[in-house]
Amino acid sequence: MINVNDVKYIAKLARLEFGEDELINFTHKFNEILKYVEKLNEVDTENVEATSHVVPITNVVRKDESLKRWSESKILEMAPESNDNFFIVPKVLS
Amino acid sequence: MELCKKTIYELNELLKRREISCVDITKSFLERIKEHDSSINAYITVCEEKALLQAKEADNKLKEGKITHLTGIPIGVKDNYLTRDILTTCASKILSNYVPPYNATVVDKIFDAGGVVIGKTNLDEFAMGSSNESSYYGAVKNPWDLARTPGGSSGGSGAAVASCEAVAALGTDTGGSVRLPASFCNVTSLKPTYGRVSRFGIVAYASSLDQVGPIGRDVRDLAILSKYIFGYDPLDSTSIRADIPDYLENLPKDPSEIKGMKIGIPKEYFFKDGIDPDVLDSLSFARDIFVDMGCEVSDVSLPHTEYAIATYYIIATAEASSNLARYDGIRFGYRTENHDDLAELYMNSRKEGFGEEVKRRIMLGTYVLSAGYYDAYYAKAQRVRTLIKEDFDRVFSTYDLILVPTSPTTAFKLGERVDDPLKMYLSDIFTISVNLAGIPSLALPCGFSKSNLPIGMQLLGSYLSEAKLFQAGHAFQLATDFHKYLPPLNKKGDKG
Repeated sequence: MINVNDVKYIAKLARLEFGEDELINFTHKFNEILKYVEKLNEVDTENVEATSHVVPITNVVRKDESLKRWSESKILEMAPESNDNFFIVPKVLS
Repeated sequence: MELCKKTIYELNELLKRREISCVDITKSFLERIKEHDSSINAYITVCEEKALLQAKEADNKLKEGKITHLTGIPIGVKDNYLTRDILTTCASKILSNYVPPYNATVVDKIFDAGGVVIGKTNLDEFAMGSSNESSYYGAVKNPWDLARTPGGSSGGSGAAVASCEAVAALGTDTGGSVRLPASFCNVTSLKPTYGRVSRFGIVAYASSLDQVGPIGRDVRDLAILSKYIFGYDPLDSTSIRADIPDYLENLPKDPSEIKGMKIGIPKEYFFKDGIDPDVLDSLSFARDIFVDMGCEVSDVSLPHTEYAIATYYIIATAEASSNLARYDGIRFGYRTENHDDLAELYMNSRKEGFGEEVKRRIMLGTYVLSAGYYDAYYAKAQRVRTLIKEDFDRVFSTYDLILVPTSPTTAFKLGERVDDPLKMYLSDIFTISVNLAGIPSLALPCGFSKSNLPIGMQLLGSYLSEAKLFQAGHAFQLATDFHKYLPPLNKKGDKG
């Protein structure tokens, strides 16, 4: 069972935030789901390997060559704020 | 003639005989959309001008004698596929202003074949949902009953094909998202073997589970589409190199051609409590049809089935929490105005930009990957995933196909499950194992309930066995006509 403070902590990790009124409802639904997934503890996975990927291919690589596809201006078209060849963001170092 | 009610195959025949033009076809579908989409809401963006231009180009190609099966064919594309210069929203506020600079590989393939992208279809936000109710652009309504959901997350794609607002549509399937809409809307869809279709340019939800899924009027149309969309793509490192048979050529001309196919019926998918009796009846009928066609049908077991949902909601949400970290208000998409510093910019852009279900899944994923919980949840789920996959491997060592229902119920009412996320998650109970194992599944109509709601079934096959799925599915559609029924929409779009 996790509580409202745990939810606040996870939210911070995920760069999300919930209003006080939302928090209780959210925590309740969250706990229901967590309780359900505890089901997996019934399964004996002692000597079972993990599957991270279903396809039998590994380490797909290509030559380290630049494949320049679009101009800087094209990429900056979708930027909420930009100037010259830069994305504008709030001050990172204070 | 109502061109919008024809299949890809039929339209192609008419085009070859020069009885119609590509522009005629696109106009028919645009007309249909104008008539019905205000009540169905299958489309977020309708590309009227671009579609007509593409249709004109297709007509020019026709004049030069260049025709493919997809020339002039209007296809709906789920709004989580990037389309150059066409708004791509993922049904989310956080991308409500996003216009991509490139096409998804699959979209390029459609264009290269002369196809027409008629519009971007509605979906659950970021493809997370089973009912298409979480879209920032409003819920999609099931054309069979506008008070019910079309299934999700590719609800827009499913509803568009069902209501003849597109001949075919492309969706994505991570836990059942093209198969559930097929079942609820009486259309046919395929979740291909993982890696068959390039995911490049398709907004990622859960990268080890996502797969492109075509949705169409019948198996024959899917066999056609698959020829064009399957294939290795160097831009997708999870894409596989494998032969692509001529699926259309290989379809049986008579149902008896699939005689001798061995079909397994897993007992774990056929419990009495919790499955609609009409669904059980339809599956029983389908089983009889396969027996009549000369197939050997017997019971099998997939013992880890009951753990699939829990496994999925740990793995998928973990991957999603990572994939959705990029939506931060910095380089594209929605940026909040409420911020005094960088931390607030991230927090508020995401808080204001994402819907409730997306936030829930990001939170779940973050939690199961966090320090102290990774082994208990994520690592554990990955091991159970292996066991689920091995269940299928074992059955497919002696069986050609597995037959299961797509959903325990017919389409549920709008609003019925939105306040109970766990109940909503359990809608995927019959579709989800397939994504965990990476195997292909063909979803097709197999009956109607007493209240005239569509019922669907799935044929599952081993890795790369789409040819067998199409053969068996097409044979079933030669022997039955469920897939030919259209929803009772009258001119105004109200239920007839």
